[in-house]
Amino acid sequence: MDLLLNAVVLGVLLGCFYAAVSLGLSVSFGLLDVPHVAHPAFLILASYGVFFLNDSYDIDPLLGGLLITPLLFLLGLAAYRLYYETFEKRGSDAGVRGIAFLFGIAFIIEVLIILQFGVDQRSVSASYIGKAWRIGEMRIPVRLLVAFAVASALTILLALYLSRTFMGRAIRAVAQDQEALRLMGANPVRIKQWAFGIATAVLGIAGALLIIVAPVDPTLDRAYIGRTFCVVVMAGLGSMTGTLIAAIILGVAESIVLSTVGASWAPAISFAMLLGVLAIRPQGLLGRRS
Amino acid sequence: MSRNSVVFWIGAALFLAAVVLMTQVIGNQYPFFAGYVILQFIVLAVAWSILGGYAGYVNFGTSAFFGVGVYTAVFLVKAIGAPLAVQIAAAATVGALLGFAVGLLTLRMQGIFFSIATIAVTIVIETSVTNWRFVGGAAGIQIQRPPVMPPFDNYVQMLFFVQALLVVLAVATARYIQISWIGRGLQALKDDELAAECTGVPTLRLKVLACVISGALMCAAGAPAAMYLQYADPSSAFNLNYSVTVLAMSLIGGTAHWMGPVVGAILLGVTQQLLAVTISSEVNVLVLGIMLVLFVVAAPEGLLGLIGRLVRYRAGGKA
Repeated sequence: MDLLLNAVVLGVLLGCFYAAVSLGLSVSFGLLDVPHVAHPAFLILASYGVFFLNDSYDIDPLLGGLLITPLLFLLGLAAYRLYYETFEKRGSDAGVRGIAFLFGIAFIIEVLIILQFGVDQRSVSASYIGKAWRIGEMRIPVRLLVAFAVASALTILLALYLSRTFMGRAIRAVAQDQEALRLMGANPVRIKQWAFGIATAVLGIAGALLIIVAPVDPTLDRAYIGRTFCVVVMAGLGSMTGTLIAAIILGVAESIVLSTVGASWAPAISFAMLLGVLAIRPQGLLGRRS
Repeated sequence: MSRNSVVFWIGAALFLAAVVLMTQVIGNQYPFFAGYVILQFIVLAVAWSILGGYAGYVNFGTSAFFGVGVYTAVFLVKAIGAPLAVQIAAAATVGALLGFAVGLLTLRMQGIFFSIATIAVTIVIETSVTNWRFVGGAAGIQIQRPPVMPPFDNYVQMLFFVQALLVVLAVATARYIQISWIGRGLQALKDDELAAECTGVPTLRLKVLACVISGALMCAAGAPAAMYLQYADPSSAFNLNYSVTVLAMSLIGGTAHWMGPVVGAILLGVTQQLLAVTISSEVNVLVLGIMLVLFVVAAPEGLLGLIGRLVRYRAGGKA
């Protein structure tokens, strides 16, 4: 029983972390309909940015994540511009070739990281990494607590941004009805580009959390394709609250399987849940589409 | 038989004759090692385009089918020491069944959701095989090659020939589908699935059929890989690289005609083989990524589409 409780608590913490890494995808895929399979590759890229700052200049990983956020924002703007010019502007078949294009981008990023940093696992050093909190029988790593706190804050901030600010509402409007927005005199492409920039900028902190929680290697993005898409699809496209709930469900499921059946089955959990959701309830838990 | 078909079968016979001649004349083993991989990718790319090209359903599960083919062979060798022909036939059967199951499960989803679901299927199967002790688990398994059959004096040469046979089988199947009612039905549902359904095209049945055929061919292509490498492990047999490479090959060649994936597979396969000899394998993946991005952006209909447009442009210019 203690073991199960421990697994559930760790799972909730892990789940909040998964929410943080999925938020960007929830915006880019959930709201903007970009099949962003390169999202996890951008995430790993951000982690390596944080690693570089930590390794060379001894900058705290979370601060490092904040420092690279503006760069990632610009990267997101450029990436969406490229995607828009090549696919969305030309119309129809964007989905199929778009996903192929983004896979190509993901592979290029993967190899560039390998060429620059090698294939070894990398990790960062900070005072809170490696310590653990003891509550009775339970042992909670502080790094997970940090990830939990920062991830929750990030999720709430993004949800507030999307529901309270003018630009956030514009982003949700563009997801609902692009044509109507155009008729109102707004430029939907500019708004989508801005949204994609935000979605990529969030990866700065998410990437920092990723490398705080566990060491990263250049091909880790493949595992996170499953996790992030699972969370976003299960959440219902574009719902931030849904993202948090779905991520916690995934985290708890993974954590329970990890402590009962064994670590070797863990990679299949997110993908199996994703398959189940797609087959049974494709609109997700809190979907924006019926 | 139409004139076109006669030409096609003569071409196929000439191709096989050339392959046999190669195995008898060339003593150096390297061309067979490299050639085998290229032939294998031709089969995979052609098989992929039956569902991905004609019907427009982008399958990222190539690695699932390939890996299942590999592990069907591994299982049969380990369990009963089955000969190569049995391994391939069994793999094709398993592949057809898997294609049927995957088709029923995923083909009701559209566009990107289908693609994501096929990635999910791959990882779920890979994880199951990783946890299957009998075939070696995560550590992989070594396989002994049986003695080679005449007229070949080397096992790799024989595998090269077998894979060439599979190429002919795959291309003939794809070509048949393309010119028959199946191909027309798939084309119709690619253009507008709802309209096709309304005019009486049995869309789901056609898609599942395409998935079954495509899956059987992919598994068959994977089966000899166990003997080729004399080793199998889940993370390389189910590597996502297969899916993306095959997708890239089809897109580079063009997906509307069976010739497209063949051209694309030869182009990308040869480039990768040449580079892999001289530079590291990371560069292989880099080339894959760059070519994928370049072709998707610059030549959306692939090489064949590009050539077609050029020809039409020339003809238009003269008239």
